[in-house]
Amino acid sequence: MSTKSNLWGVLAQYENPHAIYKACEQVRDAGYEQWDACVPFPVHGLDKAMGAKPSRLPWIVLTVGLAGSTFMLFFESWAMGSAYPMIVGGKPLFSVPAFVPVWYEFTVLSSCVTAFLGNWILNGLPRPHHPAFGSKAFERVTDDKFFIMVEATDPKFDLEKTKALLQGAGATLVEELEP
Amino acid sequence: MATASAVTLPDDIHTRGDVVLPDVTEGREALVRGPHDFHAVTEMVCKVNEAPIKATPKPFLFGLSLAGATLAMFGGYIGYLLWEGPGIWGNNNPVGWAWDIVNFVFWVGIGHAGTLISAILYLFRQKWRTSINRYAEAMTIFAVIAASSCVALHTGRVWMDYYLFPIPNQMGLWPNFRSPLEWDVFAVNTYFLVSLLFWFTGLVPDFATLRDRATVRWRQVFYGALSLGWRGSMRHWVTYEKAYQILAAFSAPLVLSVHTIVSFDFAVSQLPGWHTTIFPPYFVAGAVFSGFAMVQTLMIPARHWLGLKDLVTAKHIENINKIILVTGSLVGYAYAMEFFVAAYSGNDYEGFTFLNRMGGPYWWAYWTMISCNVLTPQLFWFRKIRTSAAWSFGLAFFVNIGMWFERFVITVTSLHRDALVSSWDYFVPVTEVFYLLGTFGLFFTLFLLFIRFFPVIAISEVKSVMPQANPHWEGYEHGAEGHGAAAASGGH
Repeated sequence: MSTKSNLWGVLAQYENPHAIYKACEQVRDAGYEQWDACVPFPVHGLDKAMGAKPSRLPWIVLTVGLAGSTFMLFFESWAMGSAYPMIVGGKPLFSVPAFVPVWYEFTVLSSCVTAFLGNWILNGLPRPHHPAFGSKAFERVTDDKFFIMVEATDPKFDLEKTKALLQGAGATLVEELEP
Repeated sequence: MATASAVTLPDDIHTRGDVVLPDVTEGREALVRGPHDFHAVTEMVCKVNEAPIKATPKPFLFGLSLAGATLAMFGGYIGYLLWEGPGIWGNNNPVGWAWDIVNFVFWVGIGHAGTLISAILYLFRQKWRTSINRYAEAMTIFAVIAASSCVALHTGRVWMDYYLFPIPNQMGLWPNFRSPLEWDVFAVNTYFLVSLLFWFTGLVPDFATLRDRATVRWRQVFYGALSLGWRGSMRHWVTYEKAYQILAAFSAPLVLSVHTIVSFDFAVSQLPGWHTTIFPPYFVAGAVFSGFAMVQTLMIPARHWLGLKDLVTAKHIENINKIILVTGSLVGYAYAMEFFVAAYSGNDYEGFTFLNRMGGPYWWAYWTMISCNVLTPQLFWFRKIRTSAAWSFGLAFFVNIGMWFERFVITVTSLHRDALVSSWDYFVPVTEVFYLLGTFGLFFTLFLLFIRFFPVIAISEVKSVMPQANPHWEGYEHGAEGHGAAAASGGH
């Protein structure tokens, strides 16, 4: 473990998608848990190279979407057929075909709002500050540089060994990050 | 390392075979023209937004003043409308719907191309969309705002518009969920909100790019707030891409449903000329047709003035023209089929309505529509025309005109000849031209502000379709360890 008290982790810069792909495989195989790769665009297959878990988002969207869908069908039937029953256009009180458009639109709306909010909530965003933002080099993460950061709280973290691993994997720059 | 400014490029009108970077995974020509690396793409897009406020180009300021003045006029017009009521329009029995609905359908239709590009082409893995999806989506949002300004203001007592929404109230009344007009409320509002969420989701990584490059305080704060602290974490990208896919998967049927439901406003009625089952697909085809024409209208000047010709290439113009050709032919088919069904049904009223469209008092509107919508796009069969920026811009302009007239023909000619001859009338607009102009002012003000302050091209998405974005690209595989960096920055 690190002897420095104000060490958050280590940041390593790589130059291209190929380099970070290979480096991620090495960090993954070395058994690290609390680490991340930051890239300007989603590098194809990098999640596999990192051993990242698939997102839970689709299940959340499915659940909320189905709930929203069911709610709207019941709500329309209740509002039109029970709360204020009124015959319109000679249709029965429970006239499913005429309920379909609103029912459908609300299903889409509830699913999409869930997908949108779920994306940010699962990712822990908005998060105005992050230790990596302290690094000048990290400003190019949204441009053309690729980064790996390993947190000091990782059980396998050892400042020198971790640095050596990242360096050996082709890093062009290795920095220590403060919280 | 070649930068955008250091490379001289040929005129891109006929550059189909001008392949610089063969895309090894696709086996097709490169989507980004010229030897650009990732950084060059960032530079090309960001320099549009990063010009200091005082260095805003003069033509842009002129355009914004013009649009802003038109928007101010629209504000005054809305005040006049609220004060006087819809009596300031030419609407009267039997033509109860006229430019208000024509403008609404026109603008909603334009929005459809943005969603088609962002959602349907995304699901079909059409990678060329990445250069054009951002401002096509922006176009969608601003077009739906313009459409909403029409439909919200045509209700008469505008201050009662909250009746459109299912808000619990002291009378225990709910909106009539069996009415096509209520379906429309849900369709258009859902469409607007989902388009906005989709657009914003796509913008966040690019806002982060602008934040990280910002040198001035207000830009750091502005883009910092908008980027939500995005840091490009691959674990975030996993969920982000899933969210993007889900939004696309829902937007694709949503966009088809929206104009379908708009067409129900007409088709569910009993009126000859409106009561046809062909309306939903016909409206959707027309919407995509008009929307892509508007994309061309906005894109061709933008790529020229913003210096984005390497990202939005002749290939993009040609692909859009192909879609205009297909949807234009579908629309032409729908026009013909309406006539066939009117004849085949043997219904006198139906037959009269259609003959009256062609040769009645509004013959000029009908033939404007036919010449702009059916004949004009057929010129895109010629490759010289569909790869030419000048031709594409001109023809798209005619399509815009034609599609406005289509909605005018559908709405007004079907209404002005009522079932009794004594009820016949000839609709003449009174002040409506300011109404239409005002919506253009609203649209272009928003669009120009968007171009100035938001990244007009999806930076991260464009990078991801470049060949060197693939970690297994042959440039990396063949290069020795030391050449990896050079291959990435040089591109090839």
